[in-house]
Amino acid sequence: MLHIINKSPYDRPALDSVLATGEGAILLIEDGVYAAVKGGAEENKIKGAMGKFKFYALTVDLEARGIADRVMDGITAVDYAGFVDLVADNKTCQSWL
Amino acid sequence: MKFSILVSEGPYTHQSSDTAYQFAKAVLAKGHEIFRIFFYHDGVNNATRLTTPPQDDRNIINRWSKLAEENNLDLVVCVAAAQRRGIVDDGEMKRNGKDATNLAPGFRISGLGQLIEAGIQSDRLVVFGD
Repeated sequence: MLHIINKSPYDRPALDSVLATGEGAILLIEDGVYAAVKGGAEENKIKGAMGKFKFYALTVDLEARGIADRVMDGITAVDYAGFVDLVADNKTCQSWL
Repeated sequence: MKFSILVSEGPYTHQSSDTAYQFAKAVLAKGHEIFRIFFYHDGVNNATRLTTPPQDDRNIINRWSKLAEENNLDLVVCVAAAQRRGIVDDGEMKRNGKDATNLAPGFRISGLGQLIEAGIQSDRLVVFGD
């Protein structure tokens, strides 16, 4: 399953909820990309979950927030075409609003 | 692959209307089909043709209308959400005794069943909201 998170982890607990589901792919978009910052408060949590989840972040949203060059290792940046591929490749997708 | 999209956030609010639009364009560019785009809750505000953003800003509503025209898309606005927020077509104007319409070109007002059908008929339903 693809989990789409569009809110900052400092605003909403969506990331924690997703990680509690067990496994899958996580795409960070809009303010959700703040979770991807290297050295951020979410880093240990995300690094610890990398065995169970694959992490992606939308490039344009990283760039819009000036953090495209500060993404932690192990998170793959994707463009909108990559976003479409992730939705197509996963049988289901859930937007955590 | 057949996609449908649900938009539940108004334009110029946070970012969902923009993300949904860019995603829809990418879906079409990849050669996939869009079965329907459904506008629900505050998302129905994407469908008022009276929106007039500053000239140097994107016109989210016209952008949807253009995308629909170019790709023959089905843009559906939830009727109950539209009534609450004053999104009106000819039929709703007559039915509710209003004196004007404001539904933008390319959109149509219909019921929630259209969302359910989109979920059933499409391979993927992607939600964009607040």
